[in-house]
Amino acid sequence: MSGNGRDGEVVVIGIGLAGLVAGLRLAEAGRSVRLLAKGVGSTHLSGGTVDVLGYAPARVLCPAGALPEFVAAHPDHPYARIGTEVVGAAIEWLKGRMDNPRYVGDLSRNFLLPTALGVAKPSAVAPQTMAGGDVTRGGGFAIVGLPGLKDFYPGMVAGNLASAVGVAGEVIEARPVEVDVALDGRADVGPLAYAGRLDDPAFRAQLAARLKGRLGEDEVVGMPAVLGLADAEQVWEELEARIGRPVFEIPTLPPSVPGIRLYRSLLGALRRAGVRVAIGGEVVGAEIDGTRVTGVYTDAANGARFHPAAGVVLASGGWAAGGLEMDSHWGLREPILGLPVTAVPEGVPRFRPGYFDHHPLARTGVAVDGSLRPVDGDGRVVFTNVRVAGATLAGAEPWKEKSGDGLSLSTGYHAAMSLLAEEG
Amino acid sequence: MEDLIRASLDHCVKCTICETACPVAKVTPLFPGPKYEGPQAERFRQPTGTADASVDYCSGCGICTQVCPQGVKVAEINSRARARYKDENGVRARDRIVARPGVTGRLGTPVAPLVNRVMANGAARRVIEKTIGIHHAAAVPTYAGHSFQRWAKLHQRRVPSRPDARSVIFFHGCSVNWFEPDLGRKVVAVLERNGVEVKMPRQGCCGLPLQSNGLFDDARRALGRLMRELTAGGGDDPVVASSTSCGLMLKREGREILGLEDDALSALGARTFDVCEYLLDLHDRGLLDTGFQPLAMTVIYHAACQQRGHAMGTPALDLLRLVPELQVIQSDADCCGMAGTYGIKKEKYDIGMAVGERLFAQVRRVKPDAVACDGETCRWQITEATSQASLHPVELLFRAYGLEL
Repeated sequence: MSGNGRDGEVVVIGIGLAGLVAGLRLAEAGRSVRLLAKGVGSTHLSGGTVDVLGYAPARVLCPAGALPEFVAAHPDHPYARIGTEVVGAAIEWLKGRMDNPRYVGDLSRNFLLPTALGVAKPSAVAPQTMAGGDVTRGGGFAIVGLPGLKDFYPGMVAGNLASAVGVAGEVIEARPVEVDVALDGRADVGPLAYAGRLDDPAFRAQLAARLKGRLGEDEVVGMPAVLGLADAEQVWEELEARIGRPVFEIPTLPPSVPGIRLYRSLLGALRRAGVRVAIGGEVVGAEIDGTRVTGVYTDAANGARFHPAAGVVLASGGWAAGGLEMDSHWGLREPILGLPVTAVPEGVPRFRPGYFDHHPLARTGVAVDGSLRPVDGDGRVVFTNVRVAGATLAGAEPWKEKSGDGLSLSTGYHAAMSLLAEEG
Repeated sequence: MEDLIRASLDHCVKCTICETACPVAKVTPLFPGPKYEGPQAERFRQPTGTADASVDYCSGCGICTQVCPQGVKVAEINSRARARYKDENGVRARDRIVARPGVTGRLGTPVAPLVNRVMANGAARRVIEKTIGIHHAAAVPTYAGHSFQRWAKLHQRRVPSRPDARSVIFFHGCSVNWFEPDLGRKVVAVLERNGVEVKMPRQGCCGLPLQSNGLFDDARRALGRLMRELTAGGGDDPVVASSTSCGLMLKREGREILGLEDDALSALGARTFDVCEYLLDLHDRGLLDTGFQPLAMTVIYHAACQQRGHAMGTPALDLLRLVPELQVIQSDADCCGMAGTYGIKKEKYDIGMAVGERLFAQVRRVKPDAVACDGETCRWQITEATSQASLHPVELLFRAYGLEL
């Protein structure tokens, strides 16, 4: 491999939040990085907020206060492995890189932000375009519906929101406001198509004109999260100015415009940092030398293609993404590097009866040490130059904890820092 | 293979990621989107008679398959549905013509000046639009008036064979043969500069334009013929392609779209390389001559849709970054809108131009010295839409080596 310019390259596998963050952090530190992904990652399905810890199991209002007790009670949780101070550092790092829209918030408090179901969801960090929807102290909200927009029902959002109260019992008032804008012959419109229309100043003016006069004096205006794709800050500020009311975005069902903005911002930064990104060739295997992974193979159009690697960040996702697999005999495996996957303890049921119960199988995954190196059942490091990040990790139940984005961000960040520290 | 491609629809979890990436659905309601048209509609299609006209508005760019995190072969499913639809509803004469660049190339070359004048004449193009259905403003190639093959024959006689040298078979495709023979010569020069002997067997069309116009039987015949031509000399030399879309036919699409289950094709595909991929592999092994002269230029590099279908990363970008003083900006657009022959069709021209607008806007904003792109029809589209010179990345390497034709 002499003279090839690829010596010392770190291969990041996966292009969800964990992979994007790890790749960018490494590239910023001057490392040569190759990012390999079989498809686009989970950002497009995410609301674009960074939820660090929402339920433990009671609703969390101050993540900084709740995290020490949470990690003490869950010593196998990734937050316990990497240390809670990493979470705050990773958040500040991300905020420094998101400029359109900017991100606000920190671990001192959770925003309570309405979802597309009208539930107030705890999020530590959110795009500025969303933060105005915080219902912590109650208030009056007008929820705007756009004709033909799929899976967004302002009546339901407002109804559910109005049945909740602020943290000290403050009243939340909410009502739907349906606006009439032309559909251009379409039967229905997805969030992305609406975002494209809002990128057009003429459409924004039309929308604002139809909204004006239909809003109460003190009402805060909730819009489905379609306020532009290319320049959300501009769209949001202009809409606020035109209607003279505070405006906030409510994340929609997928495809999620705020998630796509997050993806595009980080991907753009990766490309500017010189990271080589290849999407579409699944990583199908690895070359191993003792306790080191020396490279991985992708499934290219002409067969297996080898990518030498000095280090590897495995951020290939969990069960839904295929980063973890289960066969019909309940066998659990990590398919790329064949890493050990934690088991449900003997005698414990894998699933419990209720859909929203804690399911022991959910906490299985790849176990790691404090440097995010994969370890086996005896705690021995399997590969010294591999770091595991994101939903592949064992010990968390992100959908119950509302911790998925926080986990991906902080473990992606820590994976990069740990690889960098090892090599000085 | 056929069953596996279709069966992949069961992997669809309706995440909509393909819908966010489809460049066509973004600009027209005539195409309802890859998820709807692909894994959803296919489930209800019988072997005959149930595909509808909307499937023909898929441009075949393949981005849906590339971005799918679950491995659904969305574009392949839709290409096959289109072929069935066209089989049942007939194929327009226009589509039969544009699907045969080998034939039009052979017929047009002896009368190149005349054809080029007609195709550059506004009034004539309006007549062609009305009668045949090729949009009057669409980018069409210019006939070189002489074939690459003619030069190749002479060149192979001039350059002595060196049995000890690394050698490759150059799959140049129809475009180099009839429209861009100089590009072919530059590819040969760059390979020879790196000590590679270039074999150039007589060869025809790979069948890609036939496939994208739904003429699968003809496409299979063309591909079979090409395989015989490329392997006629025996041996197991790598096949190096300068057209990313035609190279992909050998690597993947012949199997996955045309459904050719053929061991010879699989073997040939496994030793087929895009020219930039091949050169970067040389570099990775320390074998590439990196004695590049500085090129004080700013270039936008656009990775074409079919280029990305190779799942090989962006070797052209990596190579161009080896050239001193060459500023390379990566395009932030997914597709130029041409997609082979899609963007020249009267009823699809506006869609293609709308798809490409993101790229054209970037070109107008940056005002680069050139746009580099691996796909030939993409280059023609970019130049037609922006009046900006477009080059194959190897042409920049050729220049940086200080080579001349």
